[in-house]
Amino acid sequence: MSAKTSQTAPHGLEDWRGVWVNVELERGRVHPVSWELLGEGRKLADQLGVALSAVVIGADDSATDAACAEAAFYGADSVYVVRHPVLAHYRTDPYTKALTQLVGRYKPEILLLGATTLGRDLAGAVATTLATGLTADCTELRIDSETRSLAATRPTFGGSLLCTIHTLNCRPQMATVRPRVMAMPARDTQRTGQVIQETVALSEDDIATKILTFIPDAAAEEAQLAYADIVVAGGRGLGGPANFQHVKELARLLGGDYGGSRPVAQAGWIGLDRQIGQTGKTIRPKLYIAAGISGAVQHRVGVEGADVIVAINSDPNAPIFGFATYGIVGDAVRILPALTEALRARLPTRAEAI
Amino acid sequence: MHVVVCIKQVPDSSQIRVHPVTNTIMRQGVPAVINPHDLVALEEALRLKDRLNARVTVLSMGPKMAADALKKCIAYGADEAILITDSVFAGSDTLATSFALASTIRRIGQDHSVDMVFCGKQTIDGDTAQVGPGIARRLGFEQLTYVARIEKIDPAAREIVVHRRAEGGVQVLQSRLPCLITMIEGSNTLRFASMDDMFRAARYDVIEWNHKAAGIEAPERCGLKGSPTAVKKVFAPPQRSTKAEMIDATKATPCEAADTLLAKLFASHPALEKEMVR
Repeated sequence: MSAKTSQTAPHGLEDWRGVWVNVELERGRVHPVSWELLGEGRKLADQLGVALSAVVIGADDSATDAACAEAAFYGADSVYVVRHPVLAHYRTDPYTKALTQLVGRYKPEILLLGATTLGRDLAGAVATTLATGLTADCTELRIDSETRSLAATRPTFGGSLLCTIHTLNCRPQMATVRPRVMAMPARDTQRTGQVIQETVALSEDDIATKILTFIPDAAAEEAQLAYADIVVAGGRGLGGPANFQHVKELARLLGGDYGGSRPVAQAGWIGLDRQIGQTGKTIRPKLYIAAGISGAVQHRVGVEGADVIVAINSDPNAPIFGFATYGIVGDAVRILPALTEALRARLPTRAEAI
Repeated sequence: MHVVVCIKQVPDSSQIRVHPVTNTIMRQGVPAVINPHDLVALEEALRLKDRLNARVTVLSMGPKMAADALKKCIAYGADEAILITDSVFAGSDTLATSFALASTIRRIGQDHSVDMVFCGKQTIDGDTAQVGPGIARRLGFEQLTYVARIEKIDPAAREIVVHRRAEGGVQVLQSRLPCLITMIEGSNTLRFASMDDMFRAARYDVIEWNHKAAGIEAPERCGLKGSPTAVKKVFAPPQRSTKAEMIDATKATPCEAADTLLAKLFASHPALEKEMVR
């Protein structure tokens, strides 16, 4: 589609106004990506000169109330809330019904969701029902000043390329964004937002899919990788799964989390939920230590939000040295334990000094 | 039981290179493979064939060369393979793709009613995970995404129980047929092709349908025309501006290298050291 077609947007698009963020509430907990999206949504709304709203879909309980209040703290001007016992746990049908009805009622021009298992499931169903455009896993959202439309940039071909996508003739313009891609906005408890209670006709009898049980991840399994301040990761350069203990040890010493590149996740050295990169998790730690990871573009897109990147690799030409902050050319299997020792020697002394 | 598996032939993204000057994908010499996530879906469908004598039809949308990918699925044991291939499909985004595939599945269902549709959780070229939900919505099938395991299936009672990966845990869901399932990796391992099936695949002619044969009466809802999203710009990811400050450990002991790193690191990022002490 050429840029020219954008000038002749179909009649009626101007009726759609406002930026909406779906607040992901599951088992009483809001996924932090919702607040990251409100931070980003605030910028878009300000640029468009429209309101920023949050949508909270959940059970008829205090967790839903809390989510509404928090949404205002993170920047929402108003909060549309649908509360119903059938919404206590995420299921595609009732959530799709609730969200599409609200969109039909208020006509927001932009609707953002987290690219989580919940958000992607819901976004796909909602966009199809509304017959509108949906752009997955965006890494950048901007307003195109000429057309007032959303310019959504996302990696494609496993991260080798970025593409910018517009939804010119349909509304709302929908996008999902992965956790940790956008920065967390400041939480301002002085902010208030108008909470608008919405009713959507829902009945358990109409829902074919039932939740028999929910098996929560064991605390140990529940990788908080995406939100860890310090992440140590290993790649094929470690030689074998046994050497991965050096990665875990350093991560443990630093109170951080550990992960790995795609090849080592695929080889089963670590769980798939600990894979970092385009097809795994996006991380934004203060410090990222990559050991034996060459730094293919697929990996780079998952880690470039880190403040400081330390790369250890025996190949001086490894692409990771092209975007790391510090690079050590050497064998990660020997340097990781040395680094752990050096830190162990150094950190307690500092602790006493404080 | 009749199961339709949707697959896509994709360039092996691990081997893709970007042209340094034109910023375009260099496809030359990049092998086309079946989207690896779809093989998980195929295996799950084949297991239903083993257990319940289900009929397995594999479906793909793409250029004529995608017939090769479908033939491979026959070699693994699928019963029938259909390729929808037509210039009207060119440039389809996920909404248009799900329209074309769902329409075709409806058409397939006229001959053998469809009980389940399987997809991979996403493709490795587009990575959107949107086509599966799109197909489910259009067909009015129950949508079960990120499924790790089918625990129980009762075709007579039209009931299914699955384990679905969700945020922070696993949902055990009971649902009904017809349903659409997207499978996550690690759920199973694709079998080896049997000699009989390999012979069958060698002789097998993939069914090729244009949009009319696929039962699509509204070609304007396919391809570029039917796609609400438009790609405006394709470009190489910008480089992180910093070039690493290098420490050569090949001439030093690992301990010396570690000390040098920490000295540099804490000198320029003192906050990090406090962070670690915390």
